[in-house]
Amino acid sequence: MQKIGVFVCWCGSNIAATVDVKKVAEVLKAEPGVVISENYQYMCSENGQALIRNAIKEHGLTGIVVCSCSPRMHEATFRKTAESAGLNPYMVEIANIREQCSWIHKDIEEATEKAIILGRSAIAKLKLNAPLTSGESAVVKRALVIGGGIAGIQSALDIAEAGYEVDIVESAPTIGGNMAKLDKTFPTLDCAACILTPKMVDCAQNENIDIMTFSEIESVKGFVGNFKVQIRRKARFVDEKKCTGCGVCMQKCPSKKGKNEFNMGLNNRPAIYIPFAQAIPNVAIIDPEQCLKLKNGKCGLCAMQCQVNAIDYTQKDEIIEREYGAIVVATGYKPISLENFNEYGYDTYKDVVTSLELERLMNAAGPSDGHLVRPSDHKEPKVITFIQCVGSRDTSGCGKPYCSKICCMYTAKHAMLIREKYPNTEVHVFYIDVRTPGKNYDEFFRRAVEQYGVDYIKGMVGKVYEENGKLMVQGSDLINNEQVVIPSDLVVLAAAIEPNPSVRKIATMVTASIDTNNFLTEAHAKLRPVESPTAGIFLSGVCQGPKDIPETVSQASACAAKVVGLLSKDKLKCNACVSHSDEMLCTGCSVCANVCPYGAITYVDKEFRIGGGKTELRRVASVNEAVCQGCGACTVACPSGAMDLKGFSNKQIMAEVDAICKR
Amino acid sequence: MQEMNNEKKPLIVAFCCNWCSYAGADLAGSSRLSYPADVKIIRVPCSCRVNPMFILKAFQRGADGVIICGCHPGDCHYTTGNYYARRRMSLLFSMLDYLGIERERTRVEWVSAAEGAKFSAVMNDFAGKIAELGENKRLEDLRCKD
Amino acid sequence: MQRLKTAMIEKATALLTSGEVSKVLGWKKGELGFDVEPAVFTSVDSLVDFTYDAFCGANLSKYLVEESKKEGKILVFLKPCDSYSFNQLIKEHRIKKENVYTVGIECQGKVDPYKLKENGIEFVTDASETVDTVTVNGKEFKKEEIILGKCLTCTKKLLSYDDVISFNEKREPSLDRFEMVKKLEAMTADERYAFWKDQLSNCIRCNACRNVCPACTCTKCVFDNDNSGIASKANSDSFEEKMFHIIRAFHVAGRCTDCGECSRVCPQHIPLHLLNRKFISDIDRLYGEYQAGEDTESKGPLTNYTTGDVDPSDVFGGK
Repeated sequence: MQKIGVFVCWCGSNIAATVDVKKVAEVLKAEPGVVISENYQYMCSENGQALIRNAIKEHGLTGIVVCSCSPRMHEATFRKTAESAGLNPYMVEIANIREQCSWIHKDIEEATEKAIILGRSAIAKLKLNAPLTSGESAVVKRALVIGGGIAGIQSALDIAEAGYEVDIVESAPTIGGNMAKLDKTFPTLDCAACILTPKMVDCAQNENIDIMTFSEIESVKGFVGNFKVQIRRKARFVDEKKCTGCGVCMQKCPSKKGKNEFNMGLNNRPAIYIPFAQAIPNVAIIDPEQCLKLKNGKCGLCAMQCQVNAIDYTQKDEIIEREYGAIVVATGYKPISLENFNEYGYDTYKDVVTSLELERLMNAAGPSDGHLVRPSDHKEPKVITFIQCVGSRDTSGCGKPYCSKICCMYTAKHAMLIREKYPNTEVHVFYIDVRTPGKNYDEFFRRAVEQYGVDYIKGMVGKVYEENGKLMVQGSDLINNEQVVIPSDLVVLAAAIEPNPSVRKIATMVTASIDTNNFLTEAHAKLRPVESPTAGIFLSGVCQGPKDIPETVSQASACAAKVVGLLSKDKLKCNACVSHSDEMLCTGCSVCANVCPYGAITYVDKEFRIGGGKTELRRVASVNEAVCQGCGACTVACPSGAMDLKGFSNKQIMAEVDAICKR
Repeated sequence: MQEMNNEKKPLIVAFCCNWCSYAGADLAGSSRLSYPADVKIIRVPCSCRVNPMFILKAFQRGADGVIICGCHPGDCHYTTGNYYARRRMSLLFSMLDYLGIERERTRVEWVSAAEGAKFSAVMNDFAGKIAELGENKRLEDLRCKD
Repeated sequence: MQRLKTAMIEKATALLTSGEVSKVLGWKKGELGFDVEPAVFTSVDSLVDFTYDAFCGANLSKYLVEESKKEGKILVFLKPCDSYSFNQLIKEHRIKKENVYTVGIECQGKVDPYKLKENGIEFVTDASETVDTVTVNGKEFKKEEIILGKCLTCTKKLLSYDDVISFNEKREPSLDRFEMVKKLEAMTADERYAFWKDQLSNCIRCNACRNVCPACTCTKCVFDNDNSGIASKANSDSFEEKMFHIIRAFHVAGRCTDCGECSRVCPQHIPLHLLNRKFISDIDRLYGEYQAGEDTESKGPLTNYTTGDVDPSDVFGGK
């Protein structure tokens, strides 16, 4: 005989204000099998859990139903509570009477009635629950970091420091990412290269870290603790092991018309090149679009010059396969394309640049050696106008609905740096709001306005047009309530940032959730911010949401801590709610294996007694419980009903249907 | 108000996948976006766990509408589950229509964990349609209606 | 037809004599002439009862599920429609192929005994056929008047296995197999509901459809399994009639070869094949043409997908 305990939570007034919790507890007490029904202010509190534990022991409960918040919130909590009182953790069911009831209904009578039905449904399911135990699977003690920007670098360094092997896979020919392109960093104004490049070198020198640049993820199979990843190492036509990075080939290369990606296309580079002086690995790469040898077979100068014979025009893409226990996604961001913002003239006027381009124009290692000049005529600009929120906080559909978060601060930085170095330059900034929360951030912004005299104009820019060799920025000044036109020499657009477009493909491969803006979804917005809902996948940096460098580094380290926590385990508990095949019913038809995304189902020939002392060999399905993730696709594909899912069995779900439909 | 309560209220069973739609329902809840209490949610790991038997059983027991919610195609937590569900439900619903069961009584919607507003809007719309259709008489088991 | 039968007996005799097979799965004459039934022959002598004529409508493939498990190789004769079922069963690992010697045989449509009765023929004294006609007890019928519904729309090809016996006399289908499905689809929901209510209310749950269906080979049917949550032995009301037939059609969807046996054996003459054909026609329309049993390798439409599949809400041509 089952002895069921029902525990109705008030959740303070969250539930109790709309659901008559006492009535719910009272009515459910009358359900067959229920021996105790209690209500309490906060079931998840220590006192609430103690109440449950005591009831389990006192009444010898065989299962409990907690009517409370969503199981996504506290199912794990109450399972632990049950377990600590000696009850199998899977003999717990949650009736979600908060998110699905008290929070969405206003009428107390109606909400109470629904709460009772949800409780009955949970009781009906619980009656068919069986104690479950989780299997175990081994953990591969190696992590993969996808993306070699500051986020990936920091995560990899921390994981490596903890003693685990980690591979960085970066699609560009060097690690460093966007941060390597920056000039100075707010709010301290230290030089980005000075603080980033030592970390890049640390990565290269750390024996636990293997860097694979110019490489992409080809496929991901497996599950937490046991991912099998294929990595495409794209042909760079230079043997990475031989190249010393001497750079002679770059000087001799006759084809010098490739757009310099590192300088945002503001100048050109040879067909064979090292992305920048401190690139890691410091190895050349050939751009096959530009290389005369690869295009028409004529040239070969670089190979002749190379002292170490590193050039290999016949190199092909190579696919390698490695195993990992955890995967960190650190794919970062890029500024949005500005094709929807013709009013700012980005495609029309050379002297309308993005902020990231301005970083290169101001950088000592940039195309103008750090002298701020206009791209059109290489003259020093006398009036510079910044336009903020280009595509950020845009609900028109042209841009992004979110705030890109970093633009207010870097614009203040740019304005300040310009006024510091070129005090005669006039600097104007059009803004919607200036958002500067963060340690020393608002002080930083105020310095730009108060000490450096940057002219901040609250208002939007309508258009940018050319007149008498000047870029006319026409906008509204909301504070003075007037239209203004500022004749400028250089216009800088704070373009919104968006997740690196490759993230969608990667998210699909690792089955991680992604939001409508292509940012990866965290397992919990507040409490599990660095984990994906998919076990074993971790989020580092802007792929999860816009953030600046300090935040990115904090998140990257937090992410590493989570990875280390996972890799430090020898075995992982598997999902207990896995498929199970009833061998007496299975006909071995293979339909289940055809729909299993994990390859968890195999077939065995097994001997069965068929009466009269005879046996017969039958082909039956067998589920690898360590591999099964419990989706249930097989259970519906199976016509004989042999395949069922533990914890969500056919009978259990139909009992829920029954209980809900009973009126 | 009292009179309305005496009317037979529609009964709607919603199967929601744990990873997207159930989370979407939670988000609708935490955003206080209401939808009719007629909707009762059953949590399943994935839309591909929904067996046609569950749907028929719900109708048998007197449900007036059944809705299945899953992750958007391409976003399934289990990679492929909702693709199979999409085919199964397309065929099943077409069959129910072929048997003369009102096609508006069944529905599949893709609701992500981020779409609390969509979840609420979908449930409001579906509940409204079901209320218009009235009681399900074509796929019911009279014994269950005592 | 006579020369086909002769060739088949010769083949069976040769294989039995050489010991290559130890038994033969074929058809046995009945008492009334049209009541031919499937039978296993274990000796050359027993072949005296072997027949192949215009009444051999029964699909032999399903018998192989049990027969191929037994010791010794079995010779089986498969009409075109039977061979598609056979392929599907091979694909589902239900038949031990190494234990079967398969011979494809030609077919020009089989006589529907009910249609004979409607024409006043209670038993058959003698019968002969050509590609387009059948003569029973001296009375000549056009094939389209007298053959089984499933044969009227048959487009199945003669598939070749270990051997094939054919005189290249193929009958062309007289009807489009989806005609009735289209007709039903064109009706209003109320008309369709009335049609099916009328048809399915005749169901006596004798399970003949299930027992004959080559796609229904489960060790234990969900409807007989107390743990399935839907077990039911008999229809207690109109819902269970629908439930049984919908679930059965769904379970064979993508696997049903449209052999038409369900409707052939239904004692209540319910056009059950129209349920299966609805699934087939939807599958063809939504996911591309697919003929179950055409091969033994391809993925069935319900164990497959494309990322661009139609949404359930758009199945009816966009609402």
